[in-house]
Amino acid sequence: MATAIGRQRSGLAEALRAAREAAADGRGIWSWLATVDHKRIGTLYGFTALFFFVLGGIEALLIRIQLARPESTILNADQYNRIFTMHGTTMVFLVVMPLSAAFFNLLVPLMIGARDVAFPRLNAFSYWTFLAGGLFLNASFFTGGNIFHGDLGAPDTGWFGYSTLTSTKFSHGHGVDFWVFGLQILGIASLAGGFNFIVTILNMRAPGMSLFRMPLFVWMALVTSFLIVFAMPVIAVALFELMFDRLFGALFFEPAAGGNPLLWQHMFWLFGHPEVYILILPAMGIVSEILPTFSRKPLFGYPFVVFSGVAIGFMSWGVWVHHMYTTGLGTVANAAFGVSTIMIGVPTGVKIFNWMATLWGGAIRLNTPLLFAVGFVGMFTIGGLSGITHSMVPSDYQQQDTYYVVAHFHYVLFGGAVFALFGGAYYWFPKFTGKLMNETLGQINFWTLLLGFNMTFFPMHMSGLLGMPRRIYTYSEGQGWDLWNLMSSVGAFIIAFSVAVFIVNLVLSIMRGQKSGADPWDGRTLEWSLPSPVPHYNFAEIPHVHARDDFWHRKYTEDEAGRPIPVVAGGSDGHEEPDGHGIHLPSPSYFPLLASVGFPVIATGLIYDYALVPVGAALLLVGLYGWAMEPATEEAL
Amino acid sequence: MEQAVVSGHQLETSTGLDNRKLLMWVFLASECLFFGSLIAAYLLYRDRSVQGPYPSDLFDIPFTSVSAFVLLMSSVSMVLALSSIQRGNRRGLQIWLFTTAVLGILFLSGQAYEFTVFHHEGLSLSRNMFGTTFFVLTGFHGAHVTVGVLILLSLFTMTLQGKITQEESLPIELAGLYWHFVDIVWIVIFTLIYLIQP
Repeated sequence: MATAIGRQRSGLAEALRAAREAAADGRGIWSWLATVDHKRIGTLYGFTALFFFVLGGIEALLIRIQLARPESTILNADQYNRIFTMHGTTMVFLVVMPLSAAFFNLLVPLMIGARDVAFPRLNAFSYWTFLAGGLFLNASFFTGGNIFHGDLGAPDTGWFGYSTLTSTKFSHGHGVDFWVFGLQILGIASLAGGFNFIVTILNMRAPGMSLFRMPLFVWMALVTSFLIVFAMPVIAVALFELMFDRLFGALFFEPAAGGNPLLWQHMFWLFGHPEVYILILPAMGIVSEILPTFSRKPLFGYPFVVFSGVAIGFMSWGVWVHHMYTTGLGTVANAAFGVSTIMIGVPTGVKIFNWMATLWGGAIRLNTPLLFAVGFVGMFTIGGLSGITHSMVPSDYQQQDTYYVVAHFHYVLFGGAVFALFGGAYYWFPKFTGKLMNETLGQINFWTLLLGFNMTFFPMHMSGLLGMPRRIYTYSEGQGWDLWNLMSSVGAFIIAFSVAVFIVNLVLSIMRGQKSGADPWDGRTLEWSLPSPVPHYNFAEIPHVHARDDFWHRKYTEDEAGRPIPVVAGGSDGHEEPDGHGIHLPSPSYFPLLASVGFPVIATGLIYDYALVPVGAALLLVGLYGWAMEPATEEAL
Repeated sequence: MEQAVVSGHQLETSTGLDNRKLLMWVFLASECLFFGSLIAAYLLYRDRSVQGPYPSDLFDIPFTSVSAFVLLMSSVSMVLALSSIQRGNRRGLQIWLFTTAVLGILFLSGQAYEFTVFHHEGLSLSRNMFGTTFFVLTGFHGAHVTVGVLILLSLFTMTLQGKITQEESLPIELAGLYWHFVDIVWIVIFTLIYLIQP
């Protein structure tokens, strides 16, 4: 084996040198394929997630077109099932999670004063594995025959994949297999990212950056990463069990043999409820950065917000049964989980009050990022309140499986997470491009999104309370649902318009946005002390941190009344000599990409032809061994 | 300023713990949930098989005790390997690393033998809930041991090439952490599944 690796290493030496040269001038597609720079990986995550956001959005529009009128026949039941399944799976795993990962990548090292993450190549591996999983999952569309005749092959079981819908008896074709392996691959990507960011945040902080001087966003990244590394193994086991059932005849979810379909629900939601907070905590972190900057005040009650985030992280493990009140677990279980669900509203409420108190009395500037952040607080509060109604068992019995639930989780995940992610994009865009996003288009983007979002999802509270079930492909007229559904469908197109405005804004601003300078928003955290765009080595000199919001304190001091006064010689551009000479950065590497390609090959092999499995395993092994054996930095060469 | 961002010999970290060691600890914490979920499934389905063979028909406690003992002893040799290189004894490192790998392979052979015997007695993945949960749980454990053996053999090759030194012995320590973890998981599985039968 050693000689085989040796031969292969000498063969790759040429490619490695080429990669290193390409990445040195930072140009060309090869430098992106081998990149280990956290800023580039963050950019890749962001644009890939945006692509999947458009894809998931098109699926949403198809759903809304079908449901706009009663008895519609644009989609048949089978197509509808596949499309709503892919919409949910895409938005959770391919949009919100990777967008959060994009922000982690772009920001965490800059905010803690580091030159990169702890494991740059593991970071590249996370991205490529995510891409592989996302493409593999969507490849399922093509497995149902001729896609142009409407024969879709995607999974048809909902994003939650309840057993026994997923058994081979009830789900023909390979859609569910692609779903199982797609999520498994995506889970590996998330785990790798989670490990990396925990180590980065705990170990790579600049001198003086104690835990309680970290920006709130970094705290939320830390809590989210811990949730990821503990929640993902649970869904991994559930998916493995389903895989053994479907491909190798095991009996985990086979009631006739003694298997219990409820096991799937327990495992799925034991993962799934922490997952909800994996989606929302990064958004809360983003908002906790935007609000102080645009109110020119420190975050109100910083330790409270930190501890609330940590408390949410812990409590998210004790609420999963509120997804399962109607499965007959008994009064005691329902009551206990009802109480824990009400209690998790407390730290969440604490945060909302802290955000409002941050705005209170601040010198507020109503730029686009702030609009989105305030939009987040409002929409998330509505979603939180409907969430509290779900914690009440009798009330939930009534709402279970109705559009009321759909309204609730879109308020927290779209009105919440997605609003904050948009705000974050407007806020940090200048840092990585040196240009501002267009403010007029930004305002149009925000107001149309707010309108379209509420018009789409508020009526779902109504249709839900009027008894309209989820996951039905059509309904008959005269049940009082027609108007609400039509409103939702019109709203969905307003959202689509708004997203189009965002994409236009993004492209226009990248091409010819107004120059932003290093610190356009008068920011508080370390990333604003760097030039825009950030040089590839981040910090020419690793900063010494003396306070929370350190960069603000370098720029301002206070008069007797506590008003900020600019420091006269306060280096507000922070960066006296931008000179990266002598800094050794991690070398680019193709091996993470090579290893990632192995996963979908193995999965395809397990589904179609075992002969492919060793091929995929070989790719993975060569990638991992090459990665382990090559030197990590130029210095070590 | 001159120091590398990431390199084999990182000078200082915020916690004082090497990045790779912290990574290994977090990874093992995550693995606890992985095996926890598998063990939970086994315990949930323990009395739910509707047809035999049942655990009491198949388990050969003396045989499995021996293979468990082999795995436990491999943890001892792993400790000796690390202690050798930390004292600068490269020869000792080679001997004990190789011993650990051999003991691991011996354990895996025992598992392969056990699987074969059970299969001949009529147990399979699709036979009953016992077969489903037993093979998947112990199979995943065996897969972890296999990965561990690969790591040990790779490290052994590296020691022959002289790539592991007293100053840079961390790879051995990390492999040791992983190996002991897999060993502890087996102690839990052996106790819960073989020794405590309903």
